[in-house]
Amino acid sequence: MPYPPSMQESLALVEATRPQRLHETFPMLSPSEKQDLLRRFHPDYIQAAMREIRVGPNKGDRTPLELAALLEGPSRLYGVRLDLGRVDYDTDVLVIGGGGAGCSAAILAEEHGAKVLIATKLRLGDANTMMAQGGIQAADKPNDSPMLHYLDVMGGGGYVNDPDLVEALVRDAPGVILWLENLGVMFDKEPDGTMRTIHGGGTCRRRMHSARDYTGAEIMRTLRDEVRSRPAIEVLEFSPALELLLDESGQVAGAVLQNLETEEYLVVRAKTVVIATGGSGRLHYQGFATTNHYGATGDGLVMAYRVGARLSFIDTMQYHPTGAAYPEQIVGLLVTEKVRGLGAQVLNVQGKQFVFPRETRDAESAAIIREVKERGLGVRTPSGMEGVWLDSPMIDIIHGPGTVQRELPAMVRQFARFNIDITKEPMLVYPTLHYQNGGVAIRPDGSTGVLNLFVAGEASGGVHGRNRLMGNSLLDVVVYGRRAGRAAAERAKEVRLGRLTLAHVEEWERARRNAGLEDGMPSPLVLPRYARRAREA
Amino acid sequence: MDKPELIPIHIMGKRYLVPPSLTIQKAMEYAGYTLVRGCGCRGGFCGACATVYRLGSDYKLRIGLACQTVVEPEMYLAQIPSFPARRPQYRLEELKPTLGQLLALYPELMRCLSCGTCTKACPQNLDVRDYMAAAMRGDIAAVADKSFDCIMCGLCTARCPAEEVQYNIAILCRRLYGRYLAPRSRHLIERVAEVEAGQYDEALAAMKRMPVEELRKQYNARDIEPE
Repeated sequence: MPYPPSMQESLALVEATRPQRLHETFPMLSPSEKQDLLRRFHPDYIQAAMREIRVGPNKGDRTPLELAALLEGPSRLYGVRLDLGRVDYDTDVLVIGGGGAGCSAAILAEEHGAKVLIATKLRLGDANTMMAQGGIQAADKPNDSPMLHYLDVMGGGGYVNDPDLVEALVRDAPGVILWLENLGVMFDKEPDGTMRTIHGGGTCRRRMHSARDYTGAEIMRTLRDEVRSRPAIEVLEFSPALELLLDESGQVAGAVLQNLETEEYLVVRAKTVVIATGGSGRLHYQGFATTNHYGATGDGLVMAYRVGARLSFIDTMQYHPTGAAYPEQIVGLLVTEKVRGLGAQVLNVQGKQFVFPRETRDAESAAIIREVKERGLGVRTPSGMEGVWLDSPMIDIIHGPGTVQRELPAMVRQFARFNIDITKEPMLVYPTLHYQNGGVAIRPDGSTGVLNLFVAGEASGGVHGRNRLMGNSLLDVVVYGRRAGRAAAERAKEVRLGRLTLAHVEEWERARRNAGLEDGMPSPLVLPRYARRAREA
Repeated sequence: MDKPELIPIHIMGKRYLVPPSLTIQKAMEYAGYTLVRGCGCRGGFCGACATVYRLGSDYKLRIGLACQTVVEPEMYLAQIPSFPARRPQYRLEELKPTLGQLLALYPELMRCLSCGTCTKACPQNLDVRDYMAAAMRGDIAAVADKSFDCIMCGLCTARCPAEEVQYNIAILCRRLYGRYLAPRSRHLIERVAEVEAGQYDEALAAMKRMPVEELRKQYNARDIEPE
């Protein structure tokens, strides 16, 4: 479906203004302009979309309505009679989640002598890591330093990030790139081995490493292959965790899983548990479309919360500025920030720039929302959605013919499936729900306030403050997956477990009733409710 | 707005009426399925939703990703959520980037008939036959390059008359290339050594102690490297 006649007029303006725009740089926002823009247009600031949590460690804190309902929900195991004396799997380290953080954690735990079980809801590797396109940051060039990376992360996050976590992130980054390379990841390089690096939103140095625009997929499939190479790591697919298990002393001691196909419950006894369940985009906060994979339902937050782990920064989500807005079939799909990194501008219906293309994601998104909602300068699609143009054809003009095909093959293919040639035509985009900035509060070794419980990756909170920069989530999952895996294996050597119990599920229900909560949707959610039931109201 | 006409499709032999604008994946959900297998990233990257279909009375078998393919009238479809493809045990650090290595792990490699069924089956439009030919020549760099966009959905393997496991051979070649054949990055190795020697410890500790106002000042005064 090429662009319909109703969008052609605006398309012509984009082409007409292109020669002139090639020589124009739209000014960056000043710090005060940026603050004002965020307050007025960023979805995090919409008060009606948030509320206070009424029970548990974060009682009184604000979070989106959809997440609050799940955090407050009754356990799926409440009232279920389970014989916890019959243990199905006995392991040192249980890793919940099979994405980039989970696989990294499993590999490091195995290297530190642990027997490891990965339990994952879908297939190993079905995760947001697989979908990350643009890149992974690391300050490894001579003109760059971990200190500059630190500065970018703190400034991008609003100066509220946990400094110890940021330090670990930037310090480990170069080593992580080398580790991945030794596992066989094919980073983009010059013939002499120099990394081909570009800018991302909010970076002061070109430190974005990439593997074409399949960076996350390349990292994920390599980690997955490495996990499969290690017999001491067992993998259970289609077996989500529903609840953590404690022992009578109150330390974490495993989890109850459910086989999604047979619906059988499985009891796992583990000396330590790493939660690496990723984010929650499939909760569709404020009705936003999402870039996230099917399983991103925030299960790990719910399970950790029920055993007393504290969450941080759960009132802030990241809306990626450029989700596809046309065609209808791929609305919400990520259009990588690398498109702007390579020089494409963002344009309104008149073909005019209205924002510097590489503001941090929160500001870039807010500017697009303002252009459409307040100024009425968006482009309307036949389904009634509105968006702005992302002028990808500029890239070949700036960097030479063939650049788009070489650097953005995934994007070219995605749009070609719908007869849009992004080397010649721009893409229509609108902000899309992309990332959970916060999560379970962790320390630099991935440990939490709950004994034997570790968390890594998007399920954790504090590294990115209130806004994550491009290329720091792939980095985060590997840095903190490795750290949590190592720490979980070391801790497992000291742990002595007592009798397994789900008494905390009963306690949780009492706490809910005391807070005046009666019904509620059982959580974790596990799978989004997308099936239409024609006979249900 | 007028309600669009619904069209008939056949999911694993059952007929359903669905709106014509939907992808196969959304059409299955419209039909009432809660997807467990056969659904992953929903964005064309993970290979979970490999689908085989036929149209009306046409004999031709077509392939696609359920999350990326729009339904058509009288589509008969089934998903290939899992395929018993072989993957030998190996440790990358013990391997060599040679043809002999590929043959030791995948002795069936030379059974390839170059029939091209795999190429026809690839939803990424990769020339699988071509990279298999490169593998048979032991040109690991070429396999790595030509197979790079593989999403490992397994359709090539499911359709192969020679029982090859193309996508597993391809990832082995990419990993061999990344570890052994790609040019090493001198600046990366040097930076890692500096970090490990503690060269940045003091400066990072100082930044952690810095009051927010000072951090803000430094952030706003950063010089930005040109494009």
